[in-house]
Amino acid sequence: MSGTYLGMPAFPQAAREAVGNSTLRGNLRHATHTIRDKRARAVAELDDWAALREAGKQIKDHTLRHLDRYLVQVEESVTAAGGTVHWAADADEANEIVSRLVREAGGGDTDEHEVVKVKSMATQEIALNEALEAQGIHAYETDLAELIVQLGRDRPSHILVPAIHRNRGEIRDIFRSEMGEWGRPAPEGLTDTPAELAEATRLHLREKFLRARVGISGANFVVAETGTLVVVESEGNGRMCLTLPETLISVVGIEKIVPKWQDLEVFLQTLPRSSTAERMNPYTSMWTGTRNGRAGEGDGPRTFHLVLLDNGRTDTLADEVGRQALRCIRCSACLNVCPVYERAGGHAYGSVYPGPIGAILSPQLRGTGSEIDASLPYASSLCGACYEVCPVAIDIPEVLVHLRERVVQGGPTVRHGNRVVLKPAKGHAAERAAMRAAQWAFTRPGALRAGQRLASRTRRLHPRTLPGPGRAWTGSRDLPAVPAEPFRDWWQRTHGGRDEAK
Amino acid sequence: MSSRERILGRVRRALADVPADEAPYERAVARDYTREHGRRGVAATVELLAENLADYRALVHRCAEGELPGLIARLLTAHGSGSVVVPPGLPAGWLTGTGARLVQDDAASTAPELDRVDSVVTGCAVAVAETGTIVLDGSPDQGRRRITLIPDHHICVVRVPDQVVGGVPQALGRLDPTRPLTWISGPSATSDIELDRVEGVHGPRTLEVVLVDGAPDARTAP
Repeated sequence: MSGTYLGMPAFPQAAREAVGNSTLRGNLRHATHTIRDKRARAVAELDDWAALREAGKQIKDHTLRHLDRYLVQVEESVTAAGGTVHWAADADEANEIVSRLVREAGGGDTDEHEVVKVKSMATQEIALNEALEAQGIHAYETDLAELIVQLGRDRPSHILVPAIHRNRGEIRDIFRSEMGEWGRPAPEGLTDTPAELAEATRLHLREKFLRARVGISGANFVVAETGTLVVVESEGNGRMCLTLPETLISVVGIEKIVPKWQDLEVFLQTLPRSSTAERMNPYTSMWTGTRNGRAGEGDGPRTFHLVLLDNGRTDTLADEVGRQALRCIRCSACLNVCPVYERAGGHAYGSVYPGPIGAILSPQLRGTGSEIDASLPYASSLCGACYEVCPVAIDIPEVLVHLRERVVQGGPTVRHGNRVVLKPAKGHAAERAAMRAAQWAFTRPGALRAGQRLASRTRRLHPRTLPGPGRAWTGSRDLPAVPAEPFRDWWQRTHGGRDEAK
Repeated sequence: MSSRERILGRVRRALADVPADEAPYERAVARDYTREHGRRGVAATVELLAENLADYRALVHRCAEGELPGLIARLLTAHGSGSVVVPPGLPAGWLTGTGARLVQDDAASTAPELDRVDSVVTGCAVAVAETGTIVLDGSPDQGRRRITLIPDHHICVVRVPDQVVGGVPQALGRLDPTRPLTWISGPSATSDIELDRVEGVHGPRTLEVVLVDGAPDARTAP
């Protein structure tokens, strides 16, 4: 991934600051609780939710397990429909490809280059806007929340609603002070009612949509058999960017593929209900190639480019436990139910992917080399609420524990397509020592028995908190009480409970 | 080595654990979910469509085929529309009642020109009752995607019950994936301010859906 967040402190430090910000905590609590209950109601409407969830999981797993075949099929079908396919191994390569395509589409070299963008996690991940700016190309975010982030020179803090950390009053203030810098200023006397803020956005962006020559998007799904791309949205900014410009460039992670058209019947039911708690989101656009393609009907962009992005995805795919993270359809339901996210907020995760899914995705896409990435697998209480709500059944707690093991113990993994052996991380010596001691005892029944008896007999002398590095752990937890008699002694004495009276 | 070869090589190495004889696509996915939720008659399905459209703030009207031109004319007047975009294959009779200026959509018309038109009238490809969704596929009675996007007022005519299905799987089965498709569920909206839904951002802020009883689908009728 990009260097946007380089130098981020580890999660605990970043979270400590956020937890002290009472406005932030209030905003997050309000938003996540609003959506939580609504999502539960939207899901309860479908009595076959469990079957849809299982089918979604199976479709994604099958695709990932045969990804080479489906990637080639996507290339063939998109090309046949008049599109051009590009392959980008990492963020830099993707940014170079897009910059070049924008310049080529812009015509004369004296043009002021500008592009309109649909909200896209992939382009956030590769920091495309910054890369374009460095080339003199202005990228305008057109999703309302992305616009708030861009105007506020801020960072996204949620997958679906990047400005979730802002309340309506803060949004009004940003619009009043910043819109004029970028184009049409906010209307006089703008208040903080959501309808007025939406109206201000409509007015501000309309001139940009109508003159745009290049649109940039991601995609929620790419159908391999037909070459069809799908963008799911609410506001209509997506439709503007996908249909009005002469050139459309879509940057899509290689894990977004589904094999067949029919597969959409699963995700078009699970995604809207999981993300915005709607039966269906207001707008979904599906297009196959260009206006001159097979059935383009003279509608839409003349030129279409699909940039297939790896950027750590194949490294993630190489991990048999961790690869399930690639099933993610970016609905953000796991963020909205997470007790850690609700309190720490999205910025503390140091990535465009915050919350539980971010805690397993970022350390796999970027590796666990940095302080923030090595700390992310610990940004969880392992309560499992994220797994419960996940519409593609990603067992996030399982992957978190797996990644903790990788951080503590090191071992073989894949980085940039190469096999490497990670060294055990610093700062986990006590954890490693405890695990080694446990391993020693559990492989020696005699020693274990002796130790357990000693612990039982001395139980009145045990401290209630741990000393040394264990102190932090018992700061908020009770130590489990040791029983008066070890289980195995009890079992032998009572013949498995049959002689319990003795 | 090209990036294409590099990425495909990485994928193949990453999947070394996948057995060559793994279940093919057809057997890999258990489709135990239903095609639609609950059993309903035709009339109840149309009723559910009307209910769910209204739930997302679309304005729903019902009429018989003969009443359609009059109803469309009234809706345009009530909205104060002086001009309306007409898709190339809109049934000729639909707009005979209105006095609004008719603007034919042609490939040469620009986005700023469309921005000066008040309304658009279209048919649709299919409507989904369970989700309150209408789908446009760019057929001649619907036109290019931009004409239902830029004007602020969209009147969409659904022929019931022919064009109505219960669930999303049934809708996908009726659509041609290679056509430009737009799924519309209510007017443009956003959940970006405090995760609460507000209607009215970039797309048409008023969506009116007219359910016309008994009219055959013009595209399939002889």
